Amino acid sequence: MEDNGKLPPPMRRSGHAPLSARGEPYVWLLGGALAAGVVMIVSFLALVTYNGVKAFWPRPVYTITMMDDSVTAGELVRSETFMPVASQGKPPAGPSIRSLYRLGNYDLTNEDFRWVSDMDIKTIAAPEDILLVERLEWGPFIGKLVSVDNGDSRLAPDPLTHDKLAHLVTQAQQRRHKIRKLQKVQVGYVNRQLEEARLSLRKVALDHGKDSQEYLAAAKETSITTDRLEGEYAKLAEEANRLDLLDAAQTITFASVSGMEKTIRQSEVVRLYKPNALGFFGKVGVYISRWWEFLVAEPREANTEGGVMPAIFGTFVMTVMMALLVAPFGVVAALYLREYARQSWLVSLVRVSVNNMAGVPSIVYGIFGLGFFAYGMGGWIDQWLYAERLPSPTFGSGGVLWASLTLALLTAPVVIVATEEALSAVPQSAREGSLACGASKWQTIRYIVLPRALPGIMTGLILAMARGAGEVAPLMLVGVVKLAPELPVDMIFPYIHLERSFMCLGFHIYDVGFQSRNAEAGKPMVFMTTLLLMSVVAALNAGAIIVRNRLKKRYVAGHF
Amino acid sequence: MNDNALNQLHVEPTIHHEMKGDEGSLVTMKGFSLWYGASQALFDVEMELEKGLVTALIGPSGCGKSTLLRSYNRMNDLIDGLRVEGSIIFDGQEIFHPDVDVIGLRKRMGMVFQKPNPFPMSIAENVAYPLKVDGVRDRKLIADTVERALKSSALWDEVKDRLNQSALGLSGGQQQRLCIARAIAADPDVLLMDEPCSALDPVATAKIEELIDELSGRYTIVIVTHNMQQAARVSHNTAFMYLGRLVEYGETSAMFTVPRADRTKEYVTGRFG
Repeated sequence: MEDNGKLPPPMRRSGHAPLSARGEPYVWLLGGALAAGVVMIVSFLALVTYNGVKAFWPRPVYTITMMDDSVTAGELVRSETFMPVASQGKPPAGPSIRSLYRLGNYDLTNEDFRWVSDMDIKTIAAPEDILLVERLEWGPFIGKLVSVDNGDSRLAPDPLTHDKLAHLVTQAQQRRHKIRKLQKVQVGYVNRQLEEARLSLRKVALDHGKDSQEYLAAAKETSITTDRLEGEYAKLAEEANRLDLLDAAQTITFASVSGMEKTIRQSEVVRLYKPNALGFFGKVGVYISRWWEFLVAEPREANTEGGVMPAIFGTFVMTVMMALLVAPFGVVAALYLREYARQSWLVSLVRVSVNNMAGVPSIVYGIFGLGFFAYGMGGWIDQWLYAERLPSPTFGSGGVLWASLTLALLTAPVVIVATEEALSAVPQSAREGSLACGASKWQTIRYIVLPRALPGIMTGLILAMARGAGEVAPLMLVGVVKLAPELPVDMIFPYIHLERSFMCLGFHIYDVGFQSRNAEAGKPMVFMTTLLLMSVVAALNAGAIIVRNRLKKRYVAGHF
Repeated sequence: MNDNALNQLHVEPTIHHEMKGDEGSLVTMKGFSLWYGASQALFDVEMELEKGLVTALIGPSGCGKSTLLRSYNRMNDLIDGLRVEGSIIFDGQEIFHPDVDVIGLRKRMGMVFQKPNPFPMSIAENVAYPLKVDGVRDRKLIADTVERALKSSALWDEVKDRLNQSALGLSGGQQQRLCIARAIAADPDVLLMDEPCSALDPVATAKIEELIDELSGRYTIVIVTHNMQQAARVSHNTAFMYLGRLVEYGETSAMFTVPRADRTKEYVTGRFG
């Protein structure tokens, strides 16, 4: 148009309109903002997923001879280019490559990871027979097998095939589990009974005084029980001791590439494999076995190794309890606000306040939960029901019940707002139809309004669960610990122990990533746990969407 | 307020024609006025609903015919700031008396709405809803009631093979007849219909009109309609309302052929409204 001189000039071209009137820049701005947000989220997810998924994949182990002829071996973690600093008057010869190796053998060398720059390497090799041994303590060992001592016979490595070694290790692990079970379950059971006997005596003392007849009788009875239990305890301890001695005699000796030997119990070996000799399926086997351990085992090495089962379980119990607490509370509150309360300024004020509650920093809820639930209510329960255990608190400190209640409070606004919206989305005609049939207000809510609002309510509830599952800050105050000795649900009466502290995934990430001795060693665990937590939250959200769509289908159908 | 003031000046008493029925009246309104907060919606309405007949309420939008209809079963109670004066006597009882059992009243006054509003349940459950809220558990009684109500609303033959399917799968006309069946299932004395055909196509409308014809006699029917042909076709008596007042009320044929008030004349001949 512009270069066609014959046409009369257009009346008013958009080019002359002010920028703000044209709108295109805003469209670009809005679209760009959205794209930036999406890119950030996607790259974050990709980073976590990539690092988490590859964390357990067996990596090659290299034997490196340095320029000064010292030999070392390590798992290649990653490489990067860097600019060497000038040394001994020589200017740097441009960028160089350096690699991070996980050396293992922390007990021998006090060095877990080492950066090795390419310039310092004389030779590098990937020998087939090098072993990577994951141990219960001190992290991995990298080296070669020297001998296996079964107490009576000493086997040289030569006749030991890999299968035989694996068999030995499996047997040793079974021994370890047996001893652990004896110590934890049976000895623990006797210990608990002893404690209960002591506490019941203390209770009598508190109720009747130490000079009373009742106390004397109870003391006599208790001393009989205690004697019996102590006898049992001694027997069990002896048995455990015997097994332990047997176990201690069965050892395995490794040598590092620099020739330092290390003898450990066979039962201390968690997993051993030859990383450079593994084929693809061998690697998959190791990968799966590590995943399995991650999901079902307990953590070891200050949480940086082993599994996160207690954290998964703790998160699950806490989230389910939170949902059970917040669902009735939030739904009933929203029902009253929307259906029964007269819509006045007071109700508006309450509604605004509920919305604002969602913006209160979660740590504030944690402090409130600690002060009100744990110290307040818990302290009161302790005095009332568990006086004999004082001064050590039962309910009077953090526990899964108080954590769930705190989270219920924290997520109540989500549920209330979602429920209110779902209720207000139920068409007036449906309510009128029901009322006109002679249904009471409650029947209308019960039969018509609630079923129809259910998808929205469920969505809100599951979003609240997702929020709660990912929460960390308030939980640190009201019951989450680094390492919980017992799960909040077990086979010991009364089966659900609401007063127990517990582990959760969010705190696990913080703890392993920032509170452990060796941040680099904990890195895979951090990514794995993050991936797991994100998957849990994503699964909950996906569940919300599925439930909502399924329920919605029932209420949507073509009119006419 | 201006409108109201104007109305106060030109108040003319309702013109009552001769009525059609001979069974007497079931509902009697005396000096009934209604306010939503500060604004008055109904002014001093005097009318009788004759037993077993169809009464049509006509008038331009906003004239108060729906308000009037919803006063009979006190559906207006849902609105905050409602105030009434005068009385509506139904079966010898003042329905706005504070002691009246509103739920019982609504069971005796079935209502059908402008837009079909079946519940998201099966067809049978929809019809059985009034029994459900009454706490009836007798399966036989429920099945019989469902069949009787669906037969009365001429829907039985179309849905008898899919009673357990969702009512939302029905066509609009079928849904509206289902709503009529639901209203009938409570065994009411009066059926209140608020523009029951306004959301339906002509064929479905014809079916509903036929149904109203069949149901008259058994039930006292009040129908609000915008369609004057419909009023002429289905009703025995017609009430013309304007700006919250009952202007003229009487036998339908008289209302349409020899209306006495100017407003009525203009409205039924289509000169305004």
